[in-house]
Amino acid sequence: MAILGLAGASPPSHPPHSVSELLRFSTAGSVDDGKSTLIGRLLHDSRAIPEDQLAALERASRRRGCDRIDLALLTDGLRAEREQGITIDVAYRYFATPRRRFIIADVPGHLQYTRNMVTGCSTADLTVVLIDARQGVAEQTRRHAIIAALLGVPHLVGCVNKMDLVDYDEDVFTAIRDEFGDFAGRLGVADVACIPVSALHGDNVVHRSVATPWYEGPALLEHLEAVELESTRDLVRRRFPVQWIIRGSPALDPRYRAYAGRVEGGIFRPGDEVVALPCGIRTRIRSIDTYDGALGEAFPPLSVAIRLDDELDLGRGGMLVGPDDVPEPRHELDALVCWLGQAPIASGARYLLQHTTRTVRAVVTEIVQRLDINTLVLDPSASALGLNEVGRVRLRLAEPIFPDAYRINRATGAAILIDETTNATVGAVLVTAEGDGWPR
Amino acid sequence: MSRRRGDGILPATALFRAELGGPAAGSPDGRDGPGRRAGRHLLSHLAVLEAEAIHIFREAAAVFDRPALLFSGGKDSLLLLRLAEKAFRPGRFPFPVLHVDTGHNFPEVLDFRDRRVAELGEELIVASVQASIDRGRVCEEPGPDPSRNRLQTVTLLDAIAEHGFDALFGGGRRDEEKARAKERIFSHRDAFGQWDPRNQRPELWSLYNGRLRKGEHMRVFPISNWTELDVWQYIAVERLEVPSIYFAHRRTVVRRGGLWLAVSDFIHPRDGEEVATRTVRYRTVGDMSCTGAVFSSARTVDEVIAEVAAARVTERGATRADDAFSEAAMEDRKREGYF
Repeated sequence: MAILGLAGASPPSHPPHSVSELLRFSTAGSVDDGKSTLIGRLLHDSRAIPEDQLAALERASRRRGCDRIDLALLTDGLRAEREQGITIDVAYRYFATPRRRFIIADVPGHLQYTRNMVTGCSTADLTVVLIDARQGVAEQTRRHAIIAALLGVPHLVGCVNKMDLVDYDEDVFTAIRDEFGDFAGRLGVADVACIPVSALHGDNVVHRSVATPWYEGPALLEHLEAVELESTRDLVRRRFPVQWIIRGSPALDPRYRAYAGRVEGGIFRPGDEVVALPCGIRTRIRSIDTYDGALGEAFPPLSVAIRLDDELDLGRGGMLVGPDDVPEPRHELDALVCWLGQAPIASGARYLLQHTTRTVRAVVTEIVQRLDINTLVLDPSASALGLNEVGRVRLRLAEPIFPDAYRINRATGAAILIDETTNATVGAVLVTAEGDGWPR
Repeated sequence: MSRRRGDGILPATALFRAELGGPAAGSPDGRDGPGRRAGRHLLSHLAVLEAEAIHIFREAAAVFDRPALLFSGGKDSLLLLRLAEKAFRPGRFPFPVLHVDTGHNFPEVLDFRDRRVAELGEELIVASVQASIDRGRVCEEPGPDPSRNRLQTVTLLDAIAEHGFDALFGGGRRDEEKARAKERIFSHRDAFGQWDPRNQRPELWSLYNGRLRKGEHMRVFPISNWTELDVWQYIAVERLEVPSIYFAHRRTVVRRGGLWLAVSDFIHPRDGEEVATRTVRYRTVGDMSCTGAVFSSARTVDEVIAEVAAARVTERGATRADDAFSEAAMEDRKREGYF
């Protein structure tokens, strides 16, 4: 077998810096909360802002009449953003410590708020919510926490910022921490932390501050380095959506044929019995291949190629699953939809629904309820969802899909809606199930 | 294509999974399986980035009719070729390799390109800026030592139209530059090849919307989430060969526009300019006419990694005259259809 090999190779010696973990987190909060300053501080104090960017920042800050570097300017990447002094779009930033590599999805606070927040949270392991110490847990704070919870982000961090403006008062922090913790707990977020910081002065961002001797927890960066990473995957229910069929080239391995894809749930091993969907045929895994050799097991989020004992009618859009946990075919979908389109979504509207590697036609049969993301109150009288609104929607599909509940698996429980006339991505779909804890 | 065996090349996935320590138990709700050592199923950041890139390659290959891989000879596009091998071998690449040749390349890089593509046995298409000039599609910029950086956008868009490409894989990374920090992995281009940064499609989870109207195309960036350091670490792990100009060598350079440019057929020192022969290397590979060298003694991949890890200037800031025009130089060129 051509891409096999290297079995029995001696254990590798580690090249320098090669092994660290990756944490993706999103940051929520408006400019007024000091979010950009916090990110700037995190990057600056962990020495992740290169000198040329710093020099450009200095020039830009001076042009805008600031006498010191305005770290907030670092995150405004587009011309329109700098011209208008607003942040339009999610920006991705990167930094590393010896222990972890970080990807920040930096979500702007004002325009297209929900849309950007949903985008940023969809891939996040953790969300940092900025809270102004002078304002306490505001409506906006609740909204941030709610969206992060809906999107299944397992770790939530409340950064109580501008502690310098409340004289680093422990009582102020404690009151906010209790209220935020209580609120986030009721949303079902698994892990909630609260940290008193001053982004402007750097207190408890990278280094613990002497200004808060009453605070015994970690600085923000320490927390980001220590938080447990394992909770966003489902390692139980086996899910392998087929992306692509690899056929060996005549020159390399003409008889080779394998199903290529990414493991989205469970652990697959050679010899395992699997069920191929949609045909429902049972077969066994002959081997799990990679360019670097065959694997003894494959788990999320590895990209592999699977060969089966039998030749099947299985192509892109199909899925290999474990025989004990076969998902039900669904022609009707009950889902939470975050609406991202300019024109509202209403009964009778038709879209394309893209779920894993399968795209089907969908028609909206009912707008069940609109969810007020400030209060979590459900409005059953709603007949449409406008831009940046969230609601429960029923969809009928032209062909079945095999989803899991989003609460169980973020990859197989999620879908997007595409407007066929504009090709725009107009909806984020989170599949719901009975008793999954979402409001009904 | 199998890797040669017995020569000490190590299986990267095995390396990546090497003892990552990690927290002791599965999550309390049993998602990770009770009793399983959590550390066993953790991946290093490079393994996660590799898996993501392979997934992106396969998605794009499946949804587009006629993709191509943009290849410059630089380290990022060499990385793309390796990741494409990981995504599609032992099959052939379901796309050709496309090089936009400005005629101002480092000769080392062209040699390298031809050798690498021949090794892979894949198809190479070369689109020539010189041919665009000869055909009158573009004019050489006036003045001495003209740069062809902007001209190549026209050549690229002509090649897209000529071959009917509907998707181009590129080696762009979000850590390179602030406009790129906001660009999608599937980045839409209209029928004129233009990017509209204010009207990008939301990109959620890893569900990439590849729908196009006639004449439009997509730029696909499988290594969006990699940093320069990640790239070099991966080159080390994979033992990837890169062109010699990435490593320290002696070269005659001239100080111009804040950069050290190689004296060559395309760059002639002018009166009053400082010319020196120094030990340099390149952090990026573009045209000889606009890519600056950095002083460096790094002669091996490990030495480059150490240098990059300690670097205090971005690779584009250190080496590119093309980005120095203005705060929005990259954004403006991208709007026009640049890489």
